[in-house]
Amino acid sequence: MAIKQRKLELGVLVASLALVTSCKREDRPFQTSAPSAEAIQFTRMTDFRAGGPSISGNQPSPAMSADETPEEKEFEENAYMVGEGKRLFSAFNCVGCHAHGGGGMGPALIDDQWIYGHEPAQIFCTIIEGRPNGMPSFGGKIPSFQVWQLASYVRSLGGLVPGDAAPGRDDDMHGGPPENSAPNQKPNDSSLPKSAEMPK
Amino acid sequence: MIAAATARWATLADNDFGVTSGEWVRGTKSVLDPAGPQSGRIHQLFLDYFWLSVVVYVLVVLFVIFAVILRRRRARWTGPILAEPAPSREKLRGWLVGLATLATTIALFFLLAGDHAAGRAIRSLSTDNALKIRVTGHQWWWEFRFEDEAPSKIFTTANEIHIPVGRTIEVELHSPDVIHSFWVPNLHGKRDMIPGHPTRIAFRADKASEYWGQCAEFCGYEHAKMRFRVVAEPEEKFNAWKAAQLQSSVQPATDSQKKGQYVFLHTTCVMCHTIQGTTAGAMMGPDLTHLASRKTIAAGSLPNKRGHLAGWISNPQTIKPGVRMPANSLPPDQLQALLDYLEILK
Repeated sequence: MAIKQRKLELGVLVASLALVTSCKREDRPFQTSAPSAEAIQFTRMTDFRAGGPSISGNQPSPAMSADETPEEKEFEENAYMVGEGKRLFSAFNCVGCHAHGGGGMGPALIDDQWIYGHEPAQIFCTIIEGRPNGMPSFGGKIPSFQVWQLASYVRSLGGLVPGDAAPGRDDDMHGGPPENSAPNQKPNDSSLPKSAEMPK
Repeated sequence: MIAAATARWATLADNDFGVTSGEWVRGTKSVLDPAGPQSGRIHQLFLDYFWLSVVVYVLVVLFVIFAVILRRRRARWTGPILAEPAPSREKLRGWLVGLATLATTIALFFLLAGDHAAGRAIRSLSTDNALKIRVTGHQWWWEFRFEDEAPSKIFTTANEIHIPVGRTIEVELHSPDVIHSFWVPNLHGKRDMIPGHPTRIAFRADKASEYWGQCAEFCGYEHAKMRFRVVAEPEEKFNAWKAAQLQSSVQPATDSQKKGQYVFLHTTCVMCHTIQGTTAGAMMGPDLTHLASRKTIAAGSLPNKRGHLAGWISNPQTIKPGVRMPANSLPPDQLQALLDYLEILK
């Protein structure tokens, strides 16, 4: 009897622990601390930047593997952050060129092609610096925590964000499945379109 | 002393609604001080309910006291009361209970009829020649677009409107995010603003005064700080205000103001706000074309003063935790220049 009860207690404890951990999924900090905006100094592809050299000096920078900014995971595993990214994606008119992920004037974001890299820090830089052929630079226009939110949402479009944190519904017309059911695709960091690749 | 306290309370209740400790912005906010036909009718209904309830309450209390006294006296005269009363008494009691039931039914039907009549009356306001305003409730501020048949006479403002006294105002209520509720207690009852389902109400202000409005449906963290002001004024004053609102923004004159405009257009501000006459045209936050003509900032959270504005721009999360506006850590010289610019936007 006593053992049975202890087993029950243990079960309840484990279940409540599981509940406690899932609470963090929707953590909403009022004062958002972002992963360092300095990440941009390390993941830049060239020394050129939109709008001329930065005020703090245009430092040449080696390429960096993006996992040197581990805090960005906090954005990807938090449903609120990804959801905010989704809100800003429309608010800042990303949809104007990328549509709701399907692409238009700009490239599609729901496929596995990541022309300028699929890591959060690489997407961060793409938003901040702008890219050739039309992607404007948003450096100085969007606070860095919002850029991280946008980056996590852009990754969720390609199925790179945990399904329990990605948004599950949409207020707009949306062709594909919701972000939390996006197929988990192996990201392909290449600027080559599929049709130009060497046949295997 | 009591008189002084009462007088102070009365002044506060009648004339001002506090936005922050020690500072007051004019405006009444009370259902007990109706300023239009509909709020008058609602207030009348409230008084009907109130006085009828008072009469019923007093009668019930009197009967209870009467019954207690009667029973004690009788016990003193005749000893313990018999379990079975005499048949004649039983009959009288039956009549009394029947009479009370009838009176209660009549009273309830009277209230029902009053309710129905008031409901019809507040909807019967004619909307001919009404001033049309499209109101959008955002988390957590109000957008007002004054409609006009001529597109050049349409303008948008936020959190503060002026309306002409004696003319019907027809508001169309929208919400892009969650359910809000439009409520100016002195002018009309509440009306929910439902995403994807525009609702309408019409009201009229018969007294020139300043009123506070408030979101009346819980809509998130800053529901309580989602307020707006309604300034009811004579037609000619309203027309002057409207003409001023239709103007483009004031252009900067001094070097500091020019720098402020540059800061506005080249940092985070431009991503969400509009200033007519500049390249800023985003619609995520309030229209700031005539910011300096408004008495409050942050949807009635603070008086519109330079210091408050500086605090609001630098870290809005300390004033309205959870608000959509992010903190903007501008260098001091840029912040001061920005304030210089925002202060000229009359």
